[in-house]
Amino acid sequence: MMQFMLLFSRQGKLRLQKWYVAHPDKLKKKITRELITTILARKPKMCSFLEWKDLKIVYKRYASLYFCCAIEQDDNELLTLEIIHRYVELLDKYFGSVCELDIIFNFEKAYFILDELLLGGEVQETSKKNVLKAIAAQDLLQEEETPQGFFEDHGLG
Amino acid sequence: MPAVRGDGMRGLAVFISDIRNCKSKEAEVKRINKELANIRSKFKGDKTLDGYQKKKYVCKLLFIFLLGHDIDFGHMEAVNLLSSNKYSEKQIGYLFISVLVNTNSELIKLIIQSIKNDLASRNPIHVNLALQCIANIGSQEMAEAFRNEIPKLLVSGDTMDVVKQSAALCLLRLFRTSPEIIPGGEWTSRIIHLLNDQHLGVVTAATSLIDALVKKNPEEYKGCVPLAVSRLSRIVTSSYTDLQDYTYYFVPAPWLSVKLLRLLQNYTPPTEDPGVRGRLNECLETILNKAQEPPKSKKVQHSNAKNAVLFEAINLIIHNDSEANLLVRACNQLGQFLSNRETNLRYLALESMCHLATSEFSHEAVKKHQEVVILSMKMEKDVSVRQQAVDLLYAMCDKTNAEEIVQEMLNYLETADYSIREEMVLKVAILAEKYATDFTWYVDVILNLIRIAGDYVSEEVWYRVIQIVINRDEVQGYAAKTVFEALQAPACHENMVKVGGYILGEFGNLIAGDQRSSPQVQFQLLHSKYHLCSPMTRALLLSTYIKFINLFPEIRTQIQEVFKQDSNLRSADAELQQRASEYLQLSIIASTDVLATVLEEMPAFPERESSILAVLKKKKPGRVPESEIKEGKSPTPASNHNNGVNTVNTAQDLLGLSTPPTSQPSGNTGVLLDVLGDVYNNKPNTINSLQDLTAHNPKKFVCKNNGVLFENDLIQIGVKSEFRQNLGRLGLFYGNKTASPLQNFLPSLVWSEEHSVKLNVQMKPVESVLEAGAQIQQTINAECIDDYIDSPSVIVAFVYNNVPQKITIKLPLTLNKFFEPTEMNGESFFARWKNLANVNQQKSQKIFKATTPMDVQTARQKLIGFGMQLLDGIDPNPDNFVCAGIIHMRTQQVGCLLRLEPNRNAQMYRLTVRSSKESVSVEVCNLLSDQF
Repeated sequence: MMQFMLLFSRQGKLRLQKWYVAHPDKLKKKITRELITTILARKPKMCSFLEWKDLKIVYKRYASLYFCCAIEQDDNELLTLEIIHRYVELLDKYFGSVCELDIIFNFEKAYFILDELLLGGEVQETSKKNVLKAIAAQDLLQEEETPQGFFEDHGLG
Repeated sequence: MPAVRGDGMRGLAVFISDIRNCKSKEAEVKRINKELANIRSKFKGDKTLDGYQKKKYVCKLLFIFLLGHDIDFGHMEAVNLLSSNKYSEKQIGYLFISVLVNTNSELIKLIIQSIKNDLASRNPIHVNLALQCIANIGSQEMAEAFRNEIPKLLVSGDTMDVVKQSAALCLLRLFRTSPEIIPGGEWTSRIIHLLNDQHLGVVTAATSLIDALVKKNPEEYKGCVPLAVSRLSRIVTSSYTDLQDYTYYFVPAPWLSVKLLRLLQNYTPPTEDPGVRGRLNECLETILNKAQEPPKSKKVQHSNAKNAVLFEAINLIIHNDSEANLLVRACNQLGQFLSNRETNLRYLALESMCHLATSEFSHEAVKKHQEVVILSMKMEKDVSVRQQAVDLLYAMCDKTNAEEIVQEMLNYLETADYSIREEMVLKVAILAEKYATDFTWYVDVILNLIRIAGDYVSEEVWYRVIQIVINRDEVQGYAAKTVFEALQAPACHENMVKVGGYILGEFGNLIAGDQRSSPQVQFQLLHSKYHLCSPMTRALLLSTYIKFINLFPEIRTQIQEVFKQDSNLRSADAELQQRASEYLQLSIIASTDVLATVLEEMPAFPERESSILAVLKKKKPGRVPESEIKEGKSPTPASNHNNGVNTVNTAQDLLGLSTPPTSQPSGNTGVLLDVLGDVYNNKPNTINSLQDLTAHNPKKFVCKNNGVLFENDLIQIGVKSEFRQNLGRLGLFYGNKTASPLQNFLPSLVWSEEHSVKLNVQMKPVESVLEAGAQIQQTINAECIDDYIDSPSVIVAFVYNNVPQKITIKLPLTLNKFFEPTEMNGESFFARWKNLANVNQQKSQKIFKATTPMDVQTARQKLIGFGMQLLDGIDPNPDNFVCAGIIHMRTQQVGCLLRLEPNRNAQMYRLTVRSSKESVSVEVCNLLSDQF
C-alpha cells in the first residue's frame, strides 16, 4: 500500500501532498522536509529507489517537479514508477501539456484526478480512458450549474 | 496566470498569484493573515454568503493550509458545502474534509450524515465522492457507520462498475482500521468471485481487498487461489491488444498481474489440485519467456511494466521455493540484469538475488555471478546500489568462496563510503568467523579490519576475536606474533592496542623466545602507546602489565615503576588509580605462587552465538538475509562453528562484562575481585522509589488484575480491575492500618501529556482524610487510544503523625490489559505468523534466562493472565507455548501472536512476538519477558 505521495519543485517547495495513513501534521511536515532534502541531494543518474526507515521511496523527476511515493516493503517499485507516470499522463491530458503552474493554480483538480487513480493507497483505475471519463463527467456536472460566481468575483478578492 | 479549468474561482487564482508574487516570507505571511482575517469576518458576519462564496473561501483556506499554515476554522462551512445541491461545492467541501481530517465528534456526525445521503444518491458520481471521502478519512466512526452499506454496494448486481471499484478499496481502508467489519459467511465467496468480474478495473481494486482479507484469514479465503491463477493465466496469455485500455505500453494489465502474483504469495504452492499448480507454473514460465523476447517498445514505461511483472513473478518463485528449474531460470534472468544500463534494474536484480541466494536450489546459480557482483560493489556510482551488492555478497558467501569475498570486501573497505563502513565491518567479521577453516586466517582478517577501518570496529568485534583466540590453542602463538607485528606500525588504532594488549598479556610468552620480541621489547612496544590511549584502554594495559609480571619476572621492576608513576598512582581517573595501586601492592606482597594463581591464563569462554550477528540484525533489520534469521528461529540455535552447547542472550556483549576484559581474574581471590569493582558497568535499574522496593512489585500485576499493590506499616493499597475492549476500570482500595487518621490524603496521577493521548486515564477524587482503620475506594477509568509503553503511576501523599509521606505505585495498566483472547487453529496461526514475518521483528524477540523454576503450569497461568488466548496443540514442539490476541485501542486493533520456547537444558526462554505494528510487538515482548 502506498503511504503517501508528495509533489515538490526543484527549489524544494511542496506542491501537492496526499497521505494515505493518518499522521499528526507535525510529523507530516518533518517527513516531507526530510525526504525533500534527501531526494534533491541525489544526482540525476542515480537509482529511483531508496530505503527510508521501513519504507521504500520511489521518485522520479518530470521537468521542474519531483514526484515521490512512499510504499511498503511488499510493494513493487517499478510499478510505482509507472503509477507516477500514469498520473503525469493524466494531468498532461487534462491540462494539455501540464506544467508546475497548472498544479499550483488548480491544486483541487490535481487532487480530484489523483483520487480517481488511487484510493486508500491502492490503485483503483489504471485505464487512462476511464479516469478521464470520470473527470469529464465531474466537469460536466459543474458546467450545468450556473456560473453565478462570475459576478461576485469582479471587484471581490 | 494559466488558464483555469472547470468553473474557475477567479478570486482564488488572484489570491494564489498574490502569494506567488510575495518577495519575502514575511510578505507572504502578511498577505495570508490579511486573507484569513477577511475570510473569518465573511464567515462570521455575512449571513447572505452563498454557496459559491463559501466554496471559494473554503478553497482558499485549503490552499493556505497546504502552504504549511495552521487552519483552525472553516470546518463548519466546509461541512455545509457537503449538503449543497451543486456538485462543485460539494466536491470542494469533501476535499477540505479529506485533507483537514477533524476529530471533532459533532462535525463527524454531520459529515457522516452527508455521506449517507450521497451514498444513497442515484448519481454514481455522487456516490463515488462519498466513498472517496470515507476512504480518505477511514476512521473508526466511519467504519461503524458504513459497515453495512459498503459491502452491499460491493457485491450488489445493480452497482455500477466505477462504484464497485471505489467500494472495494473503501472497504479495504475501513478493514484496516477495524478488521471486524468484514462480514463472513456467504460474503466470503461473493467477495472472492469478484476476481471473475468482467471489468478489469473492478478486479484490480478487488484483488487489493482480497489480499488484505487473506492476510487476516488465509483459510477462509483459500478459494481465491484457483481463481487468481486462472485470471493470471488469461492475462499472461493474452495479446496486448486484447485488454484494450488495460494494456499499458504493450504490457497486458501489469497492475492486476502484480497484485495477483502478490496475492498468491500468501499461500504455499497449491498442492491439492495439481492442475492449478501446473497452470501457475505455466504462467511463471510464460513470464520468464517473455522477458527473453525483444522489447515491443523502446520506452522505459514498457520495460518497467514488463519487468515489474517479472520481478513479482520471481518473488513468487522464491516464495514457493519448490521448483528448482524456475529458481535457476530466475537467477539467470537476474544475472542478465546485473549488467543492464538501467540503474534501477541493477538495484532490483541485486536485491532479488539476495533472496535467491538463501534458497538451496539457487544458491549455486547465484554464485556464478560473483565477479559481476564484486564489480558492482566497486564500480557502481550510486551508494545504494553498492550497498545492495555488499548485501548480496554477504548472502552468497559460503565455505567455497569465503576467502575471496572477504578479501574483496576488505579491499573495498579502504575506499568505501562512510555510511556503509560499520555495517561492512560487521559483515566481514561474521563471514570470517562463520567460514574460517583455519583460524590464523580469521585472526588476520580481524586485524586487517582494525587496521583499515579501526573506527568502525565495534566492541563486539574485538571482544569476539579475543574470545576465539583464547578458546583455540592452535592459534594463540600466531595471534601473539601477528598483533606484535601490527603494533609496530607507527600509527595504530586504539582498538589494535586493546586487542594487542589483551593477547600479549595472555600469550606474550609464546613469542618471548625470539630476541626481536623479548619481554622487554613487548612491554616497551605496548607502553609506547600508553599515553595516547583513553582511560579505558589504559586500564586494560595496566592489567596486561600485571600479567607480564607473572609471565616475565625479569621486567618486574620496570613495570612497578610504571605503576608508581604519579600519572597512574595518583591518576584523576579512579579506576586507573585503583588498578595501579592494587596491582603494585599485589606485585610487592604476593609470592610467586600466589601471583601465578591470581594471574593465570584466562579459562576458555563458554561457546556462544556471535553477538556480532545480533548487532547487525539490530542495525539493519530486514537486511540480514533470511538464512541468518532462520538460524535464530530454531529454539536452540545451532552454534556457529564448533561443539558449542550453550546459547546466551545474543544481545549481551560477548565477554559477558562491560568492564575492560582483563579485569576479571580467573582465580578465586576475593581481594582482587573487590578491587576490580565494575566501574564501567551501568548501574542496575532502580524502581522509581526506593522505599517501595520491598513492598511494591509492579511486575506481578502484568499478569494479574487483582491483589495488594502496596503495603507497609501505615497503609495497604489493593487493586481490582476489569477491562472490556479498549476500556478499563480500576478500583484502588486504600486501607489505613494505623490508629490515627491519615491527613491531607491525596493520590495524584503521574502520566505525561504525551502519554495521555495514547492512554487516557481519569481518576475520581477521594476524601482528604483517611480515618484510622478505615478503607476508601477510588475509581480510575482508562481508555486505550493508541499503543503506548510503560504504565501510569500514582503518587499517594498523606500526613501521618505530622510527618508527610509519599508512596509511588505503578498502576496495573500495561498495554496487555487491553488484549482480547483470540481462538484460532494451527493452520491459520502459522499462516499469519508467517505473514507477519516481514514486519521488523528483531526488537520483538528476546532470549533470556529463566529467573523462576521452569514450571509448565505456572507458565500457562501467566500467559493466560497476560490476556492472550493460549493455543494448545498448535506448535509442533509440545514444550512451546503459542498465544493469540487482539489489542483493542480506540484508533485501531492490533492482532498479536506470540511464541514462547523454553529450553530446559539451558534454563533459557526465547520469546517472539509478532503483530502488524512494531511498537506493539516490542512492548508486548518487553512486558512478558520480565515474567519468567
